[in-house]
Amino acid sequence: MCSGTARAGTLESSDCLVTVGPGSGVTLEYTGGNFFLFRRRTQAIVNEILEARAVENAFVSIQDQGALEPTLRARVETALDRAFRKKGDV
Amino acid sequence: MKGARRSMLYIPGNNPGMIQHAPVFGADSILLDLEDAVSTGEKDAARLLVAHFLKVMDFGALEVTVRVNGADTEWFEADLEAIVPCGPYAVRVPKCNGPKDVQKADAVIKRLEKEHGMDEGSVMIHAMIETALGVENAFALASCSPRVDALTLGGQDLTADLGVPKTREGAELFYARSRVVIAAKAAGIASFDTVWADIGDNEGLLEETRKVTGLGFTGKAAIHPGQIEWIHEAFRPAREDIRKAERVVAAADEAKRMGRGVVAVDGRMVDAPVVKRARRLLDLAALYLCETEDPS
Repeated sequence: MCSGTARAGTLESSDCLVTVGPGSGVTLEYTGGNFFLFRRRTQAIVNEILEARAVENAFVSIQDQGALEPTLRARVETALDRAFRKKGDV
Repeated sequence: MKGARRSMLYIPGNNPGMIQHAPVFGADSILLDLEDAVSTGEKDAARLLVAHFLKVMDFGALEVTVRVNGADTEWFEADLEAIVPCGPYAVRVPKCNGPKDVQKADAVIKRLEKEHGMDEGSVMIHAMIETALGVENAFALASCSPRVDALTLGGQDLTADLGVPKTREGAELFYARSRVVIAAKAAGIASFDTVWADIGDNEGLLEETRKVTGLGFTGKAAIHPGQIEWIHEAFRPAREDIRKAERVVAAADEAKRMGRGVVAVDGRMVDAPVVKRARRLLDLAALYLCETEDPS
């Protein structure tokens, strides 16, 4: 169970800032200069990561500053790790 | 020259922009840093970021080493667990005081290689010497595991341990540098000198790199892409040395064809170590696209 809100990444170029928090179902909020180019890629990656972790309820926000796929994956996974730590750690 | 290792560029492990551009900076090798370049609260993020890049990015001819956090830290094992399965060329273990530090990493890497179906011994170790005790144990560190592929000197931490300032001239590091080079040569491995911290003083970097090249270091660390060309310049062989090396190699090859064991060049007898050094110098010269044939 997602016990709080957590962030990973930055707003620097080539990075992205990912925020994960409690939600009902899965909601992805994706913003960035390349929204139209990468929204499907981003949605697919987020879905894949959440499914692999059996996360059914979470709010995920991604502010994309031109992150490549490995960066996006790393930041989403880090934010999830942080959000799903025991209460009080996030 | 296969496996050139003149320069090793430090890249902060939590900086995706720097990591994705690593191949274009022109360094011979890079060090993705999970230790000093990453704040305590970002260790988890950097570890995952470096691991994901190692899995999918083609670094080309770049030799990629990852500096993990020290064997005495809470992050050490988690770093190795995440990084080793991704198959970097080497893992750099900081603050090695003695063989135990290297052997601790060796044991974890060995287990991970087995668990992930990797060839045993495929991930090397760079032992970083940053304390007086580490300097005293230099050869033991260099020879305690076949994985140890290089010794590296950490000048900032070492001078702090010695309680002396790190000066531009570097006299305070002369003994440690000599000790590290001799230990590495004796063990048949590479040696990397410490960083030049003043990124605005490239003449100082060139001067220092020439000094450490003269001592026998095989490479030097860079903390900024702009330092790479200066390090490479310091390793560039002199034209007259290239000409002489060509004559030595040509004479040695001719003697071999003729079945003679003794070679004379410019009126002097040349033995096997000189020929070996000449071949190495020509390999190095080839990196600079030098014109090695006499136009006359």
